[in-house]
Amino acid sequence: MNSSTRERGAQFFVAEGNANSVFTPEDFTEEHRMIARTTAEFINGEILPVAEQLEHQDWDLTVKLLRKAGDLGLLAADVPEAYDGLGLDKVSSSLITEQITRGGSFALSHGAHVGIGSLPIVYFGNDSQKKKYLPDLASGNKLAAYALTEPGSGSDALGARTTAKLSADGQYYILNGTKQFITNSAFADLFIIYAKIDGEQFSAFIVERDSPGLSTGPEEKKMGIKASSTRPLILEDVRVPVENLLGDPGRGHVIAFNILNIGRYKLAVGCVGGAKEALETSIRYAKTREQFNRPIASFPLIQGKIADMAMRTFVAESIVYRTTGAIDQALEEIDLSGADAGRKAAKAIEEFAIECSINKVFGSETLDFVVDEGVQIHGGAGFIQDYPIERMYRDSRINRIFEGTNEINRLLIPGTLMKKALKGEVALLPAAQALQQELMGPIEPADESEVLGPERHAVAMVRKLFLFAGGLAVQKYGQKLEQEQEVLADLADLGIALYGMESALLRAQKAQTNGHHHAALQAEYVRLYVAETFPEAERLTKDILAIMEDGDGLRTSLSVLRKLTRLLPPNTMALKRGIAARLLEVEKYLA
Amino acid sequence: MNIIVCMKQTFDTEARIVLENGAVKEDGVQFIINPYDEYAVEEAIKLKEAEGGVVTVVTVGPARVEEAIRTALAMGADEAIHVEDEAAFGDEVTVSEVLAAVIKDRPYDLIIAGNQAVDDGSGQVAVRVAELLGVPHISTVTKLEINGGEVVAERDAEGDTEIVTAPLPVLVTAQQGLNEPRYPSLIGIRKASKKPIAKVAVAELGLDALAIARRSSVVEIVLPAAKGAGRVLEGDTGARAQALVRELRQTSKVL
Repeated sequence: MNSSTRERGAQFFVAEGNANSVFTPEDFTEEHRMIARTTAEFINGEILPVAEQLEHQDWDLTVKLLRKAGDLGLLAADVPEAYDGLGLDKVSSSLITEQITRGGSFALSHGAHVGIGSLPIVYFGNDSQKKKYLPDLASGNKLAAYALTEPGSGSDALGARTTAKLSADGQYYILNGTKQFITNSAFADLFIIYAKIDGEQFSAFIVERDSPGLSTGPEEKKMGIKASSTRPLILEDVRVPVENLLGDPGRGHVIAFNILNIGRYKLAVGCVGGAKEALETSIRYAKTREQFNRPIASFPLIQGKIADMAMRTFVAESIVYRTTGAIDQALEEIDLSGADAGRKAAKAIEEFAIECSINKVFGSETLDFVVDEGVQIHGGAGFIQDYPIERMYRDSRINRIFEGTNEINRLLIPGTLMKKALKGEVALLPAAQALQQELMGPIEPADESEVLGPERHAVAMVRKLFLFAGGLAVQKYGQKLEQEQEVLADLADLGIALYGMESALLRAQKAQTNGHHHAALQAEYVRLYVAETFPEAERLTKDILAIMEDGDGLRTSLSVLRKLTRLLPPNTMALKRGIAARLLEVEKYLA
Repeated sequence: MNIIVCMKQTFDTEARIVLENGAVKEDGVQFIINPYDEYAVEEAIKLKEAEGGVVTVVTVGPARVEEAIRTALAMGADEAIHVEDEAAFGDEVTVSEVLAAVIKDRPYDLIIAGNQAVDDGSGQVAVRVAELLGVPHISTVTKLEINGGEVVAERDAEGDTEIVTAPLPVLVTAQQGLNEPRYPSLIGIRKASKKPIAKVAVAELGLDALAIARRSSVVEIVLPAAKGAGRVLEGDTGARAQALVRELRQTSKVL
């Protein structure tokens, strides 16, 4: 991919995307598909047959299966080849994540190990740390966990109380404190632990399990993801060799935030896998469950649910692979051979911090919507533990909470955008100024004769709504906008709607250009999503305007809003019935 | 040892099949290595690992077949020959002529194929190849050992096991139970992308497309009739036996 055409982080706020430069699942290579298939076969052959046992927390079995995953290479995707990993692209590691999620919450054990457990060393470890730990992490010989959260610091991660004190002989840091909700803590051999040196310098450490003074508390009794281990981690005078300080002292936040970026889009990828599984489970149930002497799948209201579930899954899938592909393109520009390659890679990923937050919010809320409707399709059976949808419903809920709550991520979206604009990375001000000029004149209506013409128009209008409302907010609040959480959240939702609509639209346009055999179905998903989301974008804008203005000022702004929101809605009944008919025929997700 | 595997890509019969215009709709269908051929690939790789040698996969089919080839290469096969030529897409006669022509000029000690194809149920191709090459064959093999210059095979024989030996070179067909095929590892997948796939056309094989054209034609493809609900016969054993015989005679007419 030519660097001049590659997708740039946050550019979608100010410029129309190009179908040729977005990555879509239709661009998967043969190798990508084979990796996905190996992962799916591993899940079908090794995980699903023992799912119940895993759900009852047989950690020996979990460890055995993680090692088996290691034998297949499923733990090595993100580890560079120089350290016995595979050094695959992010699309490959995302496909592994997506498929693994289909096997229930074993995915958490896998994800915590390969993601937050191993990546801090991949990106921020020095050569000797990498040599010492990465080969074992890539093979599954050693398993990793990540300890950031504390009883007193969740979203406010930097408020950690765990301390690190250099020993008198300068050989060790002595760690004291308690970490909370630590995934993989029952069996991890290695912990990435954050602590403040002298109570001030927030830093990361690699700590081995057998260090004296390190212990875990009892397993938490969780609502869901029960196949994963979650315990507190207790540190009492734990001596950590100085060479196990990860990165520079006082720079732990750089590691934490970069790892979170990756964690966020990977979480969304997992949600796409979970959503497909819940959708297909629900389709099969709807076809076999009979009421009034016919399968409930024959009722339009059930079909409508199936269509909405599939459509949202499609949009989420379009978003996550657009972002993942864009990150891969950015990483291709980097020389990954040097000693600081990891940091450079993390920096390249940081360019997409906003997209990562959007992925996280959209992915987790899509999965929650899909499992909720899935339970509804199952009726009373959906409330009974014998049916897998019951577990999926409980397992889904945590996704809106961890890797940064959706509220924190919503605040981050406009917050990070403003910082990028100030640094000159996104031409936000010129775009807002150009819009003000444009709004003086008439707005070109949608070209209804063109396939997806109204949807293309809708995307352009939502971009203008964002710039219009965001521009007014910056004018009104200036630097203090940071404190207006309601306005920020509305702006974030506008941004999410914009990225979602555009990612889905560009994918469908590309499919059409390339004559993909599901191009027509993809277009229907896009039309349905826009039909449901465009009025929501209008409402959000109206809400922002009414927070900031009143009386004649508000009336003037609303007249501008009306100019931007003229769009003939499609017949959603026909769209939903059409989509559902296709999926019910093949009993699976299609795109 | 030179081992040749005859492989076919089929659609996954465990997925839902939809017919459209008298053919299986490829839209939404997943294509896989024919499961019996997967046993063949696995057995070939196991033998190679034990005895050394080269495993060559030979297949006939359109461009999409390459994914099945790559999968076999990722499992551990060394190289592949792909006949991607409309003239080779016929019936069992056509395909066996093509495969035999590909194999005959190559060194081979053992040829392994699946016992049958799960899509059309064909079980002729491999044994026709053996006939065309003039080598012995052993079908539906559940266990295979190489013993110097001969193979010792166990095969399914109407519920019993038959032990058969034959001198190399020989063709065997794999039956379920022969082995448990491995998943291709990610390392294997990476390596597979660098392994050679030779593309061959029918004309290059010295075959006359007309002479090998299909001798049979498909009249119609239909899905199996939907299974009706079962019925539990009531009464004592005698009455149930009588009722069963009556049903078999009158309703299903199998007696």
